[in-house]
Amino acid sequence: MKILDTSPSTKEIARELGLSTEEYFHICKNLERNPNYAELGIFSAMFSEHCSYKSSRKYFKRFPTTGKRVLQGPGENAGILDIGNGWAVAFKMESHNHPSFIEPYQGAATGVGGILRDIFTMGARPIAAMNALSFGTLDFPRTPEIVKGVVKGIGDYGNCVGVPTVAGQTFFHSCFNRNPLVNAFTLGLVRHEDIYRGSASGAGNFVVYVGAKTGRDGVHGATMSSKEFSSEGELERPTVQVGDPFTEKLLLEASIEVMKAKLVVGIQDMGAAGLTSSSFEMAYRAKTGLELNLDLIPTREKEMSAYELLLSESQERMLLVCTPENYEKLEAIYSKWDLHAVKIGTVIEGNRVMMTKNGEEVVNLPVELVTDPPMADRPSNAPSDLKQRWFFDRNKMLVASLDSKFQSLVEDINFGNPAPLVEQYDSMVGNRTQSDTFDDSAVLRLRDIKNKTLKLAMKADCNPRVTWLNPREGGRRAVAEAALNVALQGATPIGVTDCLNFGSPENPEVMWQFQEAIEGISETCEALKIPVISGNVSFYNETDGKPVHPMPMIGLVGLIEEDLRLPKNNFFSTQLELGLLGVPEGGLGGSMLSFTWFKRDCGKPEDTDLKALDRLLKFCLKLKEKKMAYAVHDISDGGLVTASLEMAFRSPHDSIGFELEIPRETDVDGFLFGETCPRVLIAYEPVERGDLENMSSRAGVPFLHIGQTTDHHELIVKQGGAKVLKADIKSLKQKWDSRWKMFF
Amino acid sequence: MKAGVVTFPGSNCDEDLAYALSLSGFEVSSLWHKDSPDLSEFKLVVLPGGFSYGDYLRTGAMAAVSPIMQSVKQFAGQGGLVLGICNGLQILCEAGLLPGALVRNNSLKFICKDVALNVEDTNNPWTSHLKKNDTLIYPIAHGDGRYVTDEPSYNAMKEKGQILLTYKNNPNGSAHDIAGLCNETKNVFGLMPHPERATDLRSQDGKKIWSSILNSLKEKSA
Repeated sequence: MKILDTSPSTKEIARELGLSTEEYFHICKNLERNPNYAELGIFSAMFSEHCSYKSSRKYFKRFPTTGKRVLQGPGENAGILDIGNGWAVAFKMESHNHPSFIEPYQGAATGVGGILRDIFTMGARPIAAMNALSFGTLDFPRTPEIVKGVVKGIGDYGNCVGVPTVAGQTFFHSCFNRNPLVNAFTLGLVRHEDIYRGSASGAGNFVVYVGAKTGRDGVHGATMSSKEFSSEGELERPTVQVGDPFTEKLLLEASIEVMKAKLVVGIQDMGAAGLTSSSFEMAYRAKTGLELNLDLIPTREKEMSAYELLLSESQERMLLVCTPENYEKLEAIYSKWDLHAVKIGTVIEGNRVMMTKNGEEVVNLPVELVTDPPMADRPSNAPSDLKQRWFFDRNKMLVASLDSKFQSLVEDINFGNPAPLVEQYDSMVGNRTQSDTFDDSAVLRLRDIKNKTLKLAMKADCNPRVTWLNPREGGRRAVAEAALNVALQGATPIGVTDCLNFGSPENPEVMWQFQEAIEGISETCEALKIPVISGNVSFYNETDGKPVHPMPMIGLVGLIEEDLRLPKNNFFSTQLELGLLGVPEGGLGGSMLSFTWFKRDCGKPEDTDLKALDRLLKFCLKLKEKKMAYAVHDISDGGLVTASLEMAFRSPHDSIGFELEIPRETDVDGFLFGETCPRVLIAYEPVERGDLENMSSRAGVPFLHIGQTTDHHELIVKQGGAKVLKADIKSLKQKWDSRWKMFF
Repeated sequence: MKAGVVTFPGSNCDEDLAYALSLSGFEVSSLWHKDSPDLSEFKLVVLPGGFSYGDYLRTGAMAAVSPIMQSVKQFAGQGGLVLGICNGLQILCEAGLLPGALVRNNSLKFICKDVALNVEDTNNPWTSHLKKNDTLIYPIAHGDGRYVTDEPSYNAMKEKGQILLTYKNNPNGSAHDIAGLCNETKNVFGLMPHPERATDLRSQDGKKIWSSILNSLKEKSA
């Protein structure tokens, strides 16, 4: 029997569409009837975890979301911060994890497309993108294909639209084998007066469909993203959308043009759950109703049902509201860009959304019943094996040779130059990118702003090992490391977006991780006075009951208001001194070394001292005022050793080498490989040492002179005058350069 | 000096170019691909980088037959200076204003990075402020940047001084390392690297091309 849009629903059909029996009864009770099949489709999408945030919403209250720069906090398509001179930035990060596993190229590409639309729907021109990618390891046969597809998907989409990809993070771990994480961040620039919101206000106004035609692709994508994978996940391929960056570029230009011309009342991307979420959310924000005629929707395929039209996730589409007077002008601009703009309905008073198809009413629902689903109250419990996770046999490590520990680290898959990935992204289009080392914070100068130097710095950060071992510290450290990276470039952190990737919320241990991570993010943002202005949650990142390591990814933006030289990120001379700022001797809990040595994530990560972090951030911001050439690098994964090697690898001098001297009575492993935050490596001309010592002591920041650069292309580590480690930098660089080349 | 920058659907370096040209003293106007105006008021017409028509069919193929190209061809025929950068070069080759073609990089991947270029010839309006064998650092950002041509055409171009820039470390497999070339009459020039991205950020080497153009235009009008 063919199910019609107007066929009555049952709780069995509801369950098939992912609605629980309680949710279904809640709907029937409030509606005072059974929803029909098309309406049930709406509920199933809007009640999905992906759209409703039903497990997570109550925890968001914990985030600090206010501040003098905040023009738009969480709840809109993106958050917005004032950057002065009448300008603002809009930014947000989103996940596209499940689609990227099923179809890596299109999954990643449409992830970029979706976040771009979230930004330009606010009236902001996207000027920078970042991506945070978490891949499985080589023991999983599909990993190379996933890496290759995701990177190409991101590159092809962003490059074509003309938004530079400037920074990010790449991490490999077997927990992501069957559930890679693809988190995409976009930042846009907007004049205050050009900011728009997703609101369908003004009864009598027109509801207009713009962009690509609607097809059957992605029907029920939001529901797919709200359940865990089974090994048969490949069968889900038809729910992955297909992207067209060329149409996106036209949609971007046309939409910015109509917004600048003030022809728009409200506008929203048709993202997850397509027309359903955009129409109901826009009506919800404006406290209005809508009347839509689904026959007017431009379609790519014949005989699409209301159900399919409502749930299609075809890409590059927007819904907007305009006054009747402006409709023709608006249509003319879209047509200039060879795009459809079609009136499909009207804003009405009241609180109902009504839709017709073939002259028959197929949907008639109160807005709030759809947009305010019952919240889930999920139990949470700390993992029972936390103590075992924290344990590692320090003695076993102490008796091993330093060289064997060092070798285990540099043989790890995460010891790799990101260049083979990054070179596939256009990082400079737009003519704003001043610095794009990718794994450091990027810096963009805003050429758009006349008579005033304004620059933005941005970074994405999260360490899943730390988060798995201690989610609160993982949340803390994600914000801390991102803030530190931005401050090292001389930028004051001004705001944060989060993309919270977790396993199933129905698993109490996952809910505990989630709560703890939010606590860690929040307390760090409070300590540093940085508001959280937007965010995204991706649950159900697990396969066959095994959740990924929690990944509360942070995207952080900083502002530079002076026209000063940026610090370098490499050993720019063979005659520099090296200094350590912050924690002198790091802890090994949750470190890269403890993983490469014990072959499992272990140890208890040390808590970040938030007061010390704040002092170090302020010190970094003072450093830039000093007229000296210096280079800085945050010490994180792999500790001081990888930080200093990376600075050597990026040196313009072929013969660059360096020596480190470990203070007596200091734990060698902790000094070289410890990852306690905050720790920063600084390289400077020898004459500056006295000054740096004074400055740091006044700022209450520990400073230690630990070595110097040389011209004999060797890494040498000494303690008490005796050589404890020696390695050839050229051959290490070869390893580092070639490691991720194997994917391409 | 008036310069016109064409916007095709999918162009994404048009604003960058307008910015760099304005900084260098040009008065910049935007030209729309659907129009075919008389361009004689302009001293320079530029086809920017990007993905015109989404690179569908072939890079530059659709843009090459758009209405504005009628005007550009006429303008070039009258000796007007026409510059194509990246996708602009691909369009110029597709339109027959420059010899040869651009195909997929030999790595089959998009490449974005700074590259070193060698100045091969300076007897033209585009590199007159440079010296032969000068080095320029410009970014490249392309997937289809491998220049191809046959040997007789190459020899003819070489003899007539049409090869202006070559790569020092060929990043994409271009024939004879060619990065930038002009037509026989030297008023149409196209290059894959992006001088507009090296004008006041990253490197200043882009200025050397803008000042060469300005200078030759001034000499011409004097």
